[in-house]
Amino acid sequence: MKRLLGRMRIWLGASVMLAALAPLTAGAVEPIKIGFGMALTGGLAGNGKAALVAMQIWAEEVNAKGGLLGRPVKLVYYDDQTNPALVPGIYSKLLDIDKVDLVVSGYGTNLQAPAMPIIMQHGMTFIGLFGLDVNHQFHYDRFFQIQPNGEDPKISSIEGFFQAAMTAKPTPKTVAIVGADAEYPKVATEGAREIAKKDGLKIVYDRSYPPSTVDYTPIVHAIQATNPDLVYVASYPPDTAGMVRAAHEVGLKAEVFGGGMIGLQFAALKQQLGEMLNGIVCYDMYVPSSTMNFPGITQFLAKYQPRAKAEGADQLGFYLPPFAYAAMQVLGQAVETTKGLDQKKLAAYMHATTFHTVVGDIKWAANGEWATPRVIFVQYRGIKGNDLEQFKKEGTAVIVAPAKYKTGDLVTPYSAVQH
Amino acid sequence: MEVSLDLLLSAVVAGVLLGGFYAAVTVGISISFGMLDIVNIAHPAFIILGAYAAYFLNSSFGLDPILTAVIMLPVFYVLGAGVYQVYYAVFERRGDEALRGLAFFFGLLFIIEVALVLVFGVDYRFVEASYIGPTWRWGEIDLPLRMLVPFVVSMVLVGLLQLYLSRTFTGRAIMAVSQDRLALQLMSANPGRIKRVAFGISIATASLAGAFLIIIQPVEPSIGRDYIGRVFAIAVLGGLGSFPGMVTAALLLGIVESITATFYGPSWSPAVSFGVLLLTLAFRPSGIMGR
Repeated sequence: MKRLLGRMRIWLGASVMLAALAPLTAGAVEPIKIGFGMALTGGLAGNGKAALVAMQIWAEEVNAKGGLLGRPVKLVYYDDQTNPALVPGIYSKLLDIDKVDLVVSGYGTNLQAPAMPIIMQHGMTFIGLFGLDVNHQFHYDRFFQIQPNGEDPKISSIEGFFQAAMTAKPTPKTVAIVGADAEYPKVATEGAREIAKKDGLKIVYDRSYPPSTVDYTPIVHAIQATNPDLVYVASYPPDTAGMVRAAHEVGLKAEVFGGGMIGLQFAALKQQLGEMLNGIVCYDMYVPSSTMNFPGITQFLAKYQPRAKAEGADQLGFYLPPFAYAAMQVLGQAVETTKGLDQKKLAAYMHATTFHTVVGDIKWAANGEWATPRVIFVQYRGIKGNDLEQFKKEGTAVIVAPAKYKTGDLVTPYSAVQH
Repeated sequence: MEVSLDLLLSAVVAGVLLGGFYAAVTVGISISFGMLDIVNIAHPAFIILGAYAAYFLNSSFGLDPILTAVIMLPVFYVLGAGVYQVYYAVFERRGDEALRGLAFFFGLLFIIEVALVLVFGVDYRFVEASYIGPTWRWGEIDLPLRMLVPFVVSMVLVGLLQLYLSRTFTGRAIMAVSQDRLALQLMSANPGRIKRVAFGISIATASLAGAFLIIIQPVEPSIGRDYIGRVFAIAVLGGLGSFPGMVTAALLLGIVESITATFYGPSWSPAVSFGVLLLTLAFRPSGIMGR
């Protein structure tokens, strides 16, 4: 009997303790989970990792201020290995198993398009982190692209190259178009063909190459044999390096050389190619200049750059990181203003609002692209050696298009600036 | 596109230089697969390891990448010998080399890749050397030193290996081990030791091949996967175990790729290259100089 009473006292005491603890556990705040795949290995990992650093900076800043809707934010992400085949599985896991509250995309056209069917099935609002015309086939009304391509991305992300190039004297008459056999270059070179036709340019070379190409010298020789005034290239980082080197070694003679060469925006390739960049006209999203001094950008870069160096990410952070941060700013503001996580309300708010971010004002058109395009084209000049510090100052990347952000006129021919 | 003599010559020369590089990345497979019957799928990963070794020594001490590769030859040899020892003990001795051995090398490929990501990160890496950038011009022919220097060193490497295999006892034993293991034992050569030496040499060549790769293009850890198909195709096309055949196949593929890229479009290059492989094997199943 005594033993029984003793046991009953122990159980009673334990129950009272548990009951006292229950309010603490029940009241623990559930974080708002933001899910995404990101290229942390593979060909696009250089930028993927940089984007992740920017998003982590945002999450830490938001949590330091008390989170969103009084809840901390938590990033839930998986490495997509720059492999489009992995993307549907990643987003299925994020939505069906991890039960994330919000989603954003991985980096790059190839890694966004495969996610769209899953996203649409779940009715999620989806911000794309740099993709070209991803929503063209889907017409999804809850898709928003953070890359400032404009309503017709195929054209407006490319036309700046031709706007600048056509100011050359004498007026160019011919163009060579070349790109990798992959999603982004296919779209970009389609746009280049349309603009070339509109500008009355004769296309004298129009070919693509497999991304696994080792030596680009034969391609540049073949281009040179057609004597084009303009050479438009749409490429990924390793082929960008290959084409730039080959053009330098062959001594490519053209009025204007460049175009949609992904990679020239990255610190690693800028450092590697150094003076070979001189004369090239290439797209970019942001460069340090008096015309792009958006509120908050300097403070963001001051936080990003030392952290990126420590974590082995892109040390300059001019390309994707500010836009990845801006995407999170947009998402955060939408959640706070709509006071919830209702995907339909978030999308409606994002369509109706002009956001003020570290990359300037963002207003989206009905198709989820920027209402006003803002892809800039820069001409590299005066680069000496391989030091990265020269790229942090205005001057090495002169904005030649569009007019609103222009900081200098185009200098031709390419070979003269190159040497 | 019109075929001009200058353009054709440029394409052929570019193809020859490219073929020299292909020979360097394939010579190790010619030994491991061609002579030892070991399907070392991880060989391209060792090449990337060699590239990163060159990058590390070049960026830390300013050493020439090819010099760093020569310095690292003994290290890679010991690594290769060690890998073979594990492979032999766990798979070959038990007769499991066919499927499980292949899985072993697949696993090794991914381990090397992930290790490189953890140590060096994911950014593209490059090296600096005085011959990266300049071009020798010979009339209308361009000889980028970035391609010419690896070509010359590659031919020297293959030549030295051929001399070693044909003129030394150990070299001839390596060529003999896949033909008749028992006969080799009767010649008082230990097949296990011979295969270990051969595999060590095979991985040692990856040190130089990696240096050539990072001279020619920037590298990141997963880039090795692009070369798996190529290296085995060249080894088979040339004839398993034949160095002259392998070099001929590498040069042939390089020229075919280059001419196709110049006159018909680079997109056709892989199809034409593998078409040449299939056609050759249809008429000569043992390869160009296979026995």
